[in-house]
Amino acid sequence: MRGSHTQVRTNHPQLPIYMDYQSTTPCDPRVVTAMLPYFTQHFGNPHSRSHTYGWEAEKAVDQARAEVAAIIGADEKEIVFTSGATESNNLAIKGVVNFQRDRKRHVITTVTEHKCVLDACRHLELEGSKVTYLPVKKNGLVDLDELERAITPETVLVSIMAANNEIGVIQPLAEIGRICRAHKVYFHTDAAQAVGKIPLDVNAMNIDLLSVSGHKLYGPKGIGALYVRRKPRVRLEALIHGGGQERGMRSGTLPTPLCVGLGEACRIARAEMASEAERLRQLRDRLLSGIQARLPDVYVNGDLEQRLPGNLNISFAYVEGEGLMMGIKNLAVSSGSACTSASLEPSYVLRALGVEEEMAHTSIRFGLGRFTTEQDVDYAIEHVVEAVERLRQMSPLWEMAQQGIDIKSIQWAEH
Amino acid sequence: MTERIYFDWNGHAPLVAAAKAAMCEMLALGNASAVHADGREARRHIETARRVLADSLGADSANIIFTASGTEANNLALHNARGRPVLLAASEHESVLRPALEQQAILFPLDSHGLPDLLGLEEALTRHPRAFVAAMLANNETGVLWPIAEIAALVHRHGGLLHCDASQAFGRMPVDIDALGADFLTVSAHKMGGPLGAAALVLARDQAIVPLLQGGGQERGRRAGTENGPALVGFAAAILDGYRDWQKTRRLRDHLEDIVREVDPRARIFGEDRARLDNTTCFALSAGSGHSLVIACDLAGIGISAGAACSSGTVKPSRVLQAMGVDEATARRALRISLGPTNTEDEVSRFRQVVRERCGMLESAA
Repeated sequence: MRGSHTQVRTNHPQLPIYMDYQSTTPCDPRVVTAMLPYFTQHFGNPHSRSHTYGWEAEKAVDQARAEVAAIIGADEKEIVFTSGATESNNLAIKGVVNFQRDRKRHVITTVTEHKCVLDACRHLELEGSKVTYLPVKKNGLVDLDELERAITPETVLVSIMAANNEIGVIQPLAEIGRICRAHKVYFHTDAAQAVGKIPLDVNAMNIDLLSVSGHKLYGPKGIGALYVRRKPRVRLEALIHGGGQERGMRSGTLPTPLCVGLGEACRIARAEMASEAERLRQLRDRLLSGIQARLPDVYVNGDLEQRLPGNLNISFAYVEGEGLMMGIKNLAVSSGSACTSASLEPSYVLRALGVEEEMAHTSIRFGLGRFTTEQDVDYAIEHVVEAVERLRQMSPLWEMAQQGIDIKSIQWAEH
Repeated sequence: MTERIYFDWNGHAPLVAAAKAAMCEMLALGNASAVHADGREARRHIETARRVLADSLGADSANIIFTASGTEANNLALHNARGRPVLLAASEHESVLRPALEQQAILFPLDSHGLPDLLGLEEALTRHPRAFVAAMLANNETGVLWPIAEIAALVHRHGGLLHCDASQAFGRMPVDIDALGADFLTVSAHKMGGPLGAAALVLARDQAIVPLLQGGGQERGRRAGTENGPALVGFAAAILDGYRDWQKTRRLRDHLEDIVREVDPRARIFGEDRARLDNTTCFALSAGSGHSLVIACDLAGIGISAGAACSSGTVKPSRVLQAMGVDEATARRALRISLGPTNTEDEVSRFRQVVRERCGMLESAA
């Protein structure tokens, strides 16, 4: 556990330092405090209509629902609680397409979506739907003209993420929403990384469905939500059937404490988003300029302007990714998406940006967040610079590059 | 105001202290799929929880698929009927019944105690070989226990597969997947003292599963989504160090039923002379509406239930009772009381007062 690491070096914070906030975030202590009474004192089943225990729980769930709605400018009746963003994305994509399956069955998405969106789309293809996977530009953003050209009379849904989990780039949601609305196509956005980090407004942006994750915004794991527009109404087929909870769109007893936790996380994020974003942007810039000032051949992946304030994804030329991960083991960071990081395949997101395989392998995602301090960032700079310099000194490629040899021009012998 | 009394443990069991403690510790840890130290620590806790659950069921931990709810586990099971004819009784939980009916399920009959007519089942199995049969171990409304091992033998003899929803039974009586003979088993945490948000579909043996949720490949590709580590750890703690003495609820339950018979000799207690969960009673008084007693109880600080706790909120007669051949008027009067190990004799006495007052009023009104 983090708190149990008492090893403190002079001038250095507690180790390891957590810099993987796009993978998950610790629960904000205020969120935990809000949840605790609902584990023990107010423990009723929120669907029990016959006694006070149930009513108390239901009231708490409704308040939480209002908070989730407020952070995206929605009405509380438009919020469906789920077990997490993976379920929300599955429900949105399969739910809309399956409902319309006899009429339209073409879906448009992008190649850099989260794995669960891509997998849901692949599943639909197996069942006979057509899916267009739009490429992205070098900066990771979708080409709006290309999107508009991809829409056909058969298109039912466009699913494009709000902010990317690996490179943090923010898609032009309002423009995408305008295009979708003009063509009468539903617009779903996976906003797991974006909710509470950047301002979102489902009406201003013409978003019809929006996925929320609890544990990416300092709330608990095991809870998420799907926004489903009521006017004009978006119809979808449920994935999980049963007691008819969540207006039939998602059956299963709602976990009251987790709902309360998500609500509290949204409330805090709404109150603190502006100042937190500014603070994180400064920390992120400090991290980047600190590294760039001391290391050559460092490349930022993805657009630096249209980007989550707490995300930095950079590739270090002439070092090996795994070696670098080992070299900076006091920093909890990711190389590629955490969901797939057990494998050593280069990130498909970076490949889609046109980043070469070698450079994709050497990429590190720094995720800064609510509890990251300036001291953490300064330590990270030291640690990374030291590790990269050491690895480069051992690297024959680095040596050749220093001698002015163009490595790409070398014809490697086949083994 | 006197202390409130909770008599709705089949709706939801209060979280046991050990589970709460374990969860609080875990709330700070990272994403279990990340490779760094925090992630590995979370992964270790989740795999330990998986082993604890597997051991408690006599299952292999590779065959545990964690889900967010019993409803999801039941849906996942039915999702894997994969074209086999689906057979079940109308007394199943909504989360089994609804996805089954989406697949044109065939219903087999029940007797007046809510038990399956095994001859009727056998006939259905003969007409629909290689069927996918769903049979719940303990009914959530009546607590009546089904002879699952017997049903399993019958189903397997006809080349079928058996799913058993043990949500109400697990943690309250011994549940062993081999002894039951089920191919799929649903268990849930929040009915036995564990937290909301944790449940599992357990497989008798390793087999390919078509997932409901696709994505990051968690749960060996059988259920995508970041694991709810704290809830799973709480589930394990509730299994290891949860409520004991569920058997002692039987004495209180029997006492409650004596009270019901005392105030209303013509009351009907469903499944009363059949094997039932120790903690559950479901009865219908001979007059008055079930809801007025529920309301009277609530005013007196006692939480009970008219039928099952689901989303409807509407006053519908119990579907389970109707499937047992109970007439609609009686089904409308039905009440469920479900007890837990922390309920006391004093609380039962307070219930007696409320019922006596209520029934006295009904008599004088008549």
